[in-house]
Amino acid sequence: MNKIVSKEYFSANVIKFEVEAPLIAKSRKAGHFVMVKIGAKGERIPLTIADADLQKGTITLVVQKMGVSSSKLCALEEGDFITDMVGPLGKATHIENFGTVICACGGVGTAPMMPIVAALKAAGNRVITVLAARNKDLIILEDQIRQYSDEVIVMTDDGSYGTKGLVTNGIEAVINREKVDLCVTIGPAIMMKFVSILTKKYELPTLASLNTIMVDGTGMCGACRVSVGGKTKFVCVDGPEFDAHQVDFDEMLMRLGGYRDIEREENEHYQATLKN
Amino acid sequence: MKTNEDRAEAWRVELRNAIKAKDRTNIERVHMPELDAEYRSHNRVEEVNLGITAEQAMEEAKRCLDCANPSCMLGCPVGIDIPSFIKNIERGDFQEAAKVLKETSALPAVCGRVCPQEKQCEGVCIHLKMKKDAVAIGHLERFAADYERISGNISVPAVAPANNIKIAGVGSGPAGLAFAGDMAKLGYEVVIFEALHEIGGVLKYGIPEFRLPNDIVDVEIQNLQAMGVHFVTNCVVGKTISISDLEQDGFKGIFVASGAGLPRFMNIKGENLVGVMSSNEYLTRVNLMDAANPNSDTPVFQGKKVAVIGGGNTAMDSVRTARRLGAERAILVYRRSEEEMPARLEEVKHAKEEGIEFLTLHNPIEYIGNEQGRVTHMVLQVMELGEPDASGRRSPVEIPGKLETIEVDEVIVSVGVSPNPLIPQSVKGLEVTKWGTVVVDNDTMQSAVPIIFAGGDIVRGGATVILAMGDGRRAAKAMDEWIKKSR
Repeated sequence: MNKIVSKEYFSANVIKFEVEAPLIAKSRKAGHFVMVKIGAKGERIPLTIADADLQKGTITLVVQKMGVSSSKLCALEEGDFITDMVGPLGKATHIENFGTVICACGGVGTAPMMPIVAALKAAGNRVITVLAARNKDLIILEDQIRQYSDEVIVMTDDGSYGTKGLVTNGIEAVINREKVDLCVTIGPAIMMKFVSILTKKYELPTLASLNTIMVDGTGMCGACRVSVGGKTKFVCVDGPEFDAHQVDFDEMLMRLGGYRDIEREENEHYQATLKN
Repeated sequence: MKTNEDRAEAWRVELRNAIKAKDRTNIERVHMPELDAEYRSHNRVEEVNLGITAEQAMEEAKRCLDCANPSCMLGCPVGIDIPSFIKNIERGDFQEAAKVLKETSALPAVCGRVCPQEKQCEGVCIHLKMKKDAVAIGHLERFAADYERISGNISVPAVAPANNIKIAGVGSGPAGLAFAGDMAKLGYEVVIFEALHEIGGVLKYGIPEFRLPNDIVDVEIQNLQAMGVHFVTNCVVGKTISISDLEQDGFKGIFVASGAGLPRFMNIKGENLVGVMSSNEYLTRVNLMDAANPNSDTPVFQGKKVAVIGGGNTAMDSVRTARRLGAERAILVYRRSEEEMPARLEEVKHAKEEGIEFLTLHNPIEYIGNEQGRVTHMVLQVMELGEPDASGRRSPVEIPGKLETIEVDEVIVSVGVSPNPLIPQSVKGLEVTKWGTVVVDNDTMQSAVPIIFAGGDIVRGGATVILAMGDGRRAAKAMDEWIKKSR
């Protein structure tokens, strides 16, 4: 049981939680994730750690309301408890002084990018962060990102904030302007796929942090498997970060949609129980 | 090994002399009552084996000759005093029988259900030498453990006075639980760390309800808690806390029993299609997450044409689960013949009764999917048996060009597991084989890092509940001696 010590709405569907987890706060590094389960019959879902406070013994999670499990989590209030939480899991991001790094994130992908941006900056990199979302309301954590970035480029699909365009437009502008040594991308799978296609064209090494379906999160089930360079890898123990140019994003997108019908049904069932 | 201490007691001598050995061997072996096959093939949770009655148990107990040198005990990896518990059943003292079991086994109700007795205690029973059926030791063990549990009068094994020495276990599966029980009896302060949210390891996530109900595992765990064992769930040693954290916290010995976590795949075309998964994933969803229950948030495919690849007990559990979840065709695909199948005979028999199709001498070489990436067909290579291989079993050989394609909407791959890499990766100096198993001394289970002992599948790479428990017991004994010596 982990107590929620604060809850903050970034938008109606995107919520930041600070959760008591002193052991995880102590051992986590940039790139790590936790598995979270709400209620006795809850599902185990992976969430990447956005931040940690050693003094308070808390970690920060940013959650977007999507299906049953994320909605149940988002319905919890300050003082409530998360039934089960385990971590930190996965391999930490490899941090060194690469030179100039583009951090390209979309939507809630900005939250797990936060510690990576901070760690890259601390290692001496010049960090250019491209923040992308559908509209202004969905741009999150801009101030914190600015704190650790040498430059922040905001892109919105509808042009309601920053520059109108996609994350790839923002990245391409930087590549055309200066020498870049590495790109790190976190966001929806479809976004990372197009970031990867773009950076491959420019032969810019790129890391993508994958968020696949998981059950146990410790290497036991293989639900999270992806093809990387033609080999099957487990996101939970081999990742979550991989060489984006080697990842078979089409297969990953296909696998992510595997339970869509069942999930839709379960969500309708859950929403119906809320109304009653 | 503690053997036959009460064999010379008056009650037992009298009991032994009451019936002639010949009359004992002439009694027919008891038959385990089972749930109707058609009914159970659609019923997800009810146990198949119903257990024997007190009358049946007392009659079966008469069959045991109470040998002076009981070979059955040598066949038991945890060294249960088998004649003693059986003779207690014969005289009608079922509570005492359960007590005898618990002296050496932390999980009698579990072992009575899932042990391969035919290969262990029953496999060396004296009756076999006389061309008779072995004493049904497994059924009797289950009877005594169930009797005690249902009576509500559950005895807690005696625990030595606290020695205030902290020791840790990593993983709460059968090896960890057996270790915990023995160390608690010796007076140690035992803390078991479990990565999942439930205690029990493979007993909970792996073995299905119809073979081993979770409630029964929970009672055995409560018994350990009553002996003073502490459990910490949601804690991955090697991630949440490190082995050196444990040492700094004052733990004087660490028993690693983190299991065989990683499922193996065959690396064939289409294996990552939607609907193709490991048996670990399938069974974890159904058993640990209760996914087939409408009140559970975890989804699970409930295929109509399900193929399970493999011939072990896990494959059998998967295919029987698929049948129960509504598969019209539940097919076991195995590359050798039925004779080479590693699964227990009882499981094979039960599976066949439940309408499982056995497609032996077939091996998948490709899966085909639809536009949504969902598996729809599998291509099978037909095999024949060739010369014996390293395992002593006749090896399967492809018949060139002989292929079959069958329709499937779900495939469960159950071709083995690899050891969980988390601990080997996170501990410096630990000796690891090329298969990723931890190297230990065969007698003491001590690793190259003296404070670390290991056992179960992390050492064996995929074995049985009872062998894991035997490892736990040996590690406990050796760790106790090592700690006393080094103080």
